[in-house]
Amino acid sequence: MNATVRVSVVALFCLAAAACAKKQEVKSTPPPEAPQPTQQATTEGAFTPADLQTNACLRTRVIYFDFDKSEIQSQFDNIVACHAKYLRDRPMARMTIEGNTDERGTREYNLGLGERRGNALASALEAAGASADQIKVVSYGEERPVCREHNEGCWHQNRRDNIVYTAE
Amino acid sequence: MRTVMRTPRLLVAILFMLCAALCANVAAAQGLTLQIVNGVPSAIPITVVPFGQLGSGPAAPVDVAQIVGMDLARCGKFRPLPNNEIVQSPTTGAQIKFATWQQLKQDYIVVGSASYDGGVLKVDYQLWDVNKQQMLLQNTVARQGSDLRRVGHEIADQIYQKIIGVRGAFDTRIAYVTMVGLGNNAQYALVVADSDGYNPQTVVRSHEALLSPTWSPNGQEIAYVSFESGNSAIYIQNIATGARRLVSSRPGINGAPRFSPDGKRLAVSLSFQGNPEIYVMDLGSGALTRLTHNLAIDTEPSWTPDGQSIIFTSDRSGKPQLYEIPAGGGSPQRITFQGQYNADVAVDYDGKKLAMVQGNGNVYRIAVMDRSTGGQEIFVSPGNLDDSPSWAPNASMLLYAATEGPRGVLYSVSADGRVRQRLVLSDGDVREPAWGPYRTP
Repeated sequence: MNATVRVSVVALFCLAAAACAKKQEVKSTPPPEAPQPTQQATTEGAFTPADLQTNACLRTRVIYFDFDKSEIQSQFDNIVACHAKYLRDRPMARMTIEGNTDERGTREYNLGLGERRGNALASALEAAGASADQIKVVSYGEERPVCREHNEGCWHQNRRDNIVYTAE
Repeated sequence: MRTVMRTPRLLVAILFMLCAALCANVAAAQGLTLQIVNGVPSAIPITVVPFGQLGSGPAAPVDVAQIVGMDLARCGKFRPLPNNEIVQSPTTGAQIKFATWQQLKQDYIVVGSASYDGGVLKVDYQLWDVNKQQMLLQNTVARQGSDLRRVGHEIADQIYQKIIGVRGAFDTRIAYVTMVGLGNNAQYALVVADSDGYNPQTVVRSHEALLSPTWSPNGQEIAYVSFESGNSAIYIQNIATGARRLVSSRPGINGAPRFSPDGKRLAVSLSFQGNPEIYVMDLGSGALTRLTHNLAIDTEPSWTPDGQSIIFTSDRSGKPQLYEIPAGGGSPQRITFQGQYNADVAVDYDGKKLAMVQGNGNVYRIAVMDRSTGGQEIFVSPGNLDDSPSWAPNASMLLYAATEGPRGVLYSVSADGRVRQRLVLSDGDVREPAWGPYRTP
């Protein structure tokens, strides 16, 4: 590789880095603080799409699991309840649940485990009155970690279901 | 907005291509590090004398003798004499002073000469038995273009077969998956390379995860799983032409493809009927035969070499273990009982040795179970997060994936676990090695 190419590579790196940094900057601008509605108000009235941005419970879109387990822990019961209520209140709303695992074990087995976690949340939402055709489950297994260190603190963050609304 | 987005994307694409070129150079320059784990007392001492130059053409661009020596060393069955101990440089049998090599306790010696004319690399070599002072092999191997390193691998294969009595598997290819970048900037590639990691060529690129590459028996196609559509889907791609076809994108998981030994069927794990089950797909008609029926995760099917049965992973007993089921359907039998977690079996060419990921606590290592000795098991990797075992077609070596710090790396290891070599392939995360079949000339 000659010097000209090397310089170009460095230049490209810098340009790309600048482009990425700029993009991320825009992305990371925090949304304006919206007033938090009281829990009382949300349980009484019907949810609207605006609540997805403002309601503290509905803004929580992730639940976590124990190692090699797919049972929904009781600490997430309120998350299940509010999202189930949203789906009940909004029959046109659609949700994809993304099931994820930590890195331990084999990739294909973890695809199965991620799906089991997704299905566990889907079942809980359906038991709380959501309709099955509102929910789609996709398993990413260990392919989409949010944390890449090799310890329990990190693994815990990766053993999760992500809730993604595809129609509000 | 559109034009604004376009420029960085183009830049990133150019950058990626340059990076790929750069990484390939780095891999070639760094070479490969060989670790002798336990020493191999039974390894055969052999000297591969640096080859002489034949004719007045330019020097050969690759060091063929070095390729031969590295191949023989990493399979664990040979102990090549280090170059600094090679005290004489014979290039023909007539020049060998046998007393010298007997004194160095060498069993075999390889001598030869290379010529490089018009882009064709040609090597004449001889293999001699040092004690009997007898020539065992004499041959000429030639290659051109991008295949120059194959000259070394072919010579290593011929020497291996002459001395060990089993076909060599150095002149073969491997496939693996690389990932660079994180999150939305992640870039995955399915790469095919020589068995020692050289000559990497990208055959698939994607912004979404690629996994579970597996070779067709004739070495022309690779089946793999891609998330490019947002969910897992199974594709079969022709390596030479790039043509590919979608073979399953049903709702739920489409995973774990493995070709039958005759190449006509594909074992897969699909969850469209509720949870992951093992199916056999006829590749001619697309018809599915369902083999398993329960609520467990059934996945990672692998054929026995006779095509009669399929070994797969199931957690029907609580934790993942290996089970065997007739390929036409029947009752599955559990076959692993050591270790808390056994998964992702690789079956060797004669069906006797099963390599698997064995987990105990937080340690995952590659274990090899020998079914011909009543299921005796040895570990061939140190852990802690090793997976994806894959046999060489002659079962002399395995490839597997390991995690070192933030990145995944690949290792080749001799079947007895004693000689391990890290393949330095690229700066990204490297995973899921799959060793291809013997190459047809």
